[in-house]
Amino acid sequence: MAKIETPSDSSGPSISRRNLIKGAAAGGSLLVVPSLLAACSDDGGDTTTTAAAGDTTTTAAGLPLAGTTVSVGSNASDELTKNAYGAMFDRFQEVSGAELDINTVDHNTFQEQINTYLQGQPDEVFTWFAGYRMQFFADKGLATPISDVWSAELDANFDPGFKQASTGLDGEQYFVPFVTYPWALFYRKSVWEEAGYTVPTTMDEWVAVCQAMEADGLVPIAFGDKDGWPAMGTFDYFNMRINGYQYHVDLMAHREKWDDPRTKEVFATWKDMLPYHQPGALGRTWQEAAQSTASGDAGMYLLGMFVGEQFQEFSQEARDDLDFFAFPEINPEFGQDSVDAPIDGFMLSKEAPNDIEGAKALAAFIGTGEAQNYYTAVNSNWLATAKDADTSGYTGLQNKALELIGSVDNIAQFLDRDTRPDFASTVVLPSIQNWLNDPEDIDGITASMEEQATAIFATEQ
Amino acid sequence: MGASTTQVATSESTEKKPKKSRFSLHTRRDKVVLALLLGIPAAIHVFFVWVPALLSIVLSFARWDGIGGVEAIEWVGVTNYEQIATIYPPFWPAVTHNFIWLGFFIFIATPFGMFLAVQLDKELKGSRFYQNAFYVPVVLSLALVGFIWQLIYSPEEGLINNLLGRTDPENLIDWLGNPSINLYMILIAASWRHVGYIMILYLAGLKGVDPTLKEAAAIDGATERQTFFHVVFPVLKPINLVILVITIIESLRAFDIVYVTNKGTNGLELLSTAVTNNIIGEASRVGFGSALAVILLLLSLGIIIPYLWRTFRADEKAA
Repeated sequence: MAKIETPSDSSGPSISRRNLIKGAAAGGSLLVVPSLLAACSDDGGDTTTTAAAGDTTTTAAGLPLAGTTVSVGSNASDELTKNAYGAMFDRFQEVSGAELDINTVDHNTFQEQINTYLQGQPDEVFTWFAGYRMQFFADKGLATPISDVWSAELDANFDPGFKQASTGLDGEQYFVPFVTYPWALFYRKSVWEEAGYTVPTTMDEWVAVCQAMEADGLVPIAFGDKDGWPAMGTFDYFNMRINGYQYHVDLMAHREKWDDPRTKEVFATWKDMLPYHQPGALGRTWQEAAQSTASGDAGMYLLGMFVGEQFQEFSQEARDDLDFFAFPEINPEFGQDSVDAPIDGFMLSKEAPNDIEGAKALAAFIGTGEAQNYYTAVNSNWLATAKDADTSGYTGLQNKALELIGSVDNIAQFLDRDTRPDFASTVVLPSIQNWLNDPEDIDGITASMEEQATAIFATEQ
Repeated sequence: MGASTTQVATSESTEKKPKKSRFSLHTRRDKVVLALLLGIPAAIHVFFVWVPALLSIVLSFARWDGIGGVEAIEWVGVTNYEQIATIYPPFWPAVTHNFIWLGFFIFIATPFGMFLAVQLDKELKGSRFYQNAFYVPVVLSLALVGFIWQLIYSPEEGLINNLLGRTDPENLIDWLGNPSINLYMILIAASWRHVGYIMILYLAGLKGVDPTLKEAAAIDGATERQTFFHVVFPVLKPINLVILVITIIESLRAFDIVYVTNKGTNGLELLSTAVTNNIIGEASRVGFGSALAVILLLLSLGIIIPYLWRTFRADEKAA
């Protein structure tokens, strides 16, 4: 090592360096290589020596972040996503000269261990979600603010809604939006065209379509809530259409009450629509519900655009046939002015200050269309969030989703991202399931939810 | 070392009764060795089992989201217990389901496993095959058993509904989604594994029964049923005890099969899943979850300690 750090002439160190790297690789300790490379370029104040020193460092020479290593914790564990992230990270290393150390963890495990992960020795940059879930960790001092990156680079490249979703309770930005997708009612175009159904925009039209489907022997609305979270999307939409986006936000923060007549109205309206939903939802996974829509047994299905994965699995024909429409208007005061569109992105952990320049450069890069297109190119169920993203390769469905998100006034993050996780998973999820078993008992379920909300939110000063 | 040389010297000098002095007392070295051999595992046990258990009890009186150090913990007295008993809907169903689970295992699954063992002990033709068939599920983890049975119970795509032809929305049976039947469906799946486990344990015990006892009973004119209940069953008392304890433990720690099915909601609430749902993940209600865990601990101790105490006391009396 000492030899490397003191390059004496143009040939000597280059040989020893190569040999060392070779030796390290041959010894199986590949992990040593990045640190060796880092060591090589640490002495690179003298650029001529570095350039002369050999091929391994020439690309890094002159790049602003050569020698910096940034660690990234990623929850992109499925093959496709992992590769897309990999391509994006490679590109960043190429343009910046910084080294990235990527640690990919199984998606659910990552989520379940996030508390201990962030309190321990987290990676400097990590994948996470916008909204309350971001604000929670920011508020606990487990994230590093990146407001300067926003004012310098990101502001110009994002719509204000995205910035708002990236802002913590203290007004600083803590999040870089990466990709998003809308929740909507998905259906097969050919099924609808054949039977002559028209896309409903109001509640009455929606009921009429459901009745027509029932008469034709179709299940009007596919429904699967075995995992508990899909019904949260249904609740969100009934709530935002009846009471508006602001009420949704306030209810999630428990500034409005669960036993409020307006909340009960949500359940009452949903109850009237339940007969058109696929029965036995609590024993059915979302995948099974999606399959019944792809096969044409069910007319439509309220879910996120990732439903396309199941259509693809069913058949390419079904995937090409997939279309959606926005949840119909219920209260004319709010029309169709809100959409549930969860945003996935990245945050900087409390460890980020160790390599703050590299971490912030990565944050800025993630906020470019170039980076995001690596992902949208392989997964056509998601949309880039940056303005300068290239949408020319988008499918018709992606373009339509982009239009939907762009056309609304309010973007919600989805129930379990907009409220305390301990409330969403331990109270809302089982309560909605219990209510689905006994839809008449609206008073009972809302009273119980309010009691528990009061107990849980009492911890907030 | 010093001690042992002294010991040797002593035994040499008192040659008349060397054996007694040598074997009736533990030397200091013996004591050190014994203390190490028992002390280290005991210390590990206390540190990794009893210390966390006691800390859970302490935390059950707190409100803490798991973030920040000890200073972030807010002490709230018995609030958690109060809330669990009054406004936490999954609690009472969870207690009930744990007892249903226990009852189902003790009165149905375990006796059935024993019944199979007795049948297989008769050396029927092909008993090796039956034995293996019943035993195979035991090597699978309960989580895997859960996945297998989900494929069987699934409403539209599942085996049972397809065999019954009940996959239409009007007539399908929602085996795992209907909260009035799903617990029993899960119990059947869990028993599928438990029965094999009990069978193999009991079969091992039966093989150890002295055949002459059975022959003597037969000569005395006992029927097969009488032989089992009046001769074999009492002889197998130690095995019966083990099986009962295993059954109780398996019932109270039931978790994985329910967790993979629906994370313990909608009719499948258990104390173990309630603890997990409150503690792991982002939803860190550490104090609340600890209080639930303490309740489960007390329940387990309350069931198992009196039983073991009575049994061992009875044994001591007999001896």
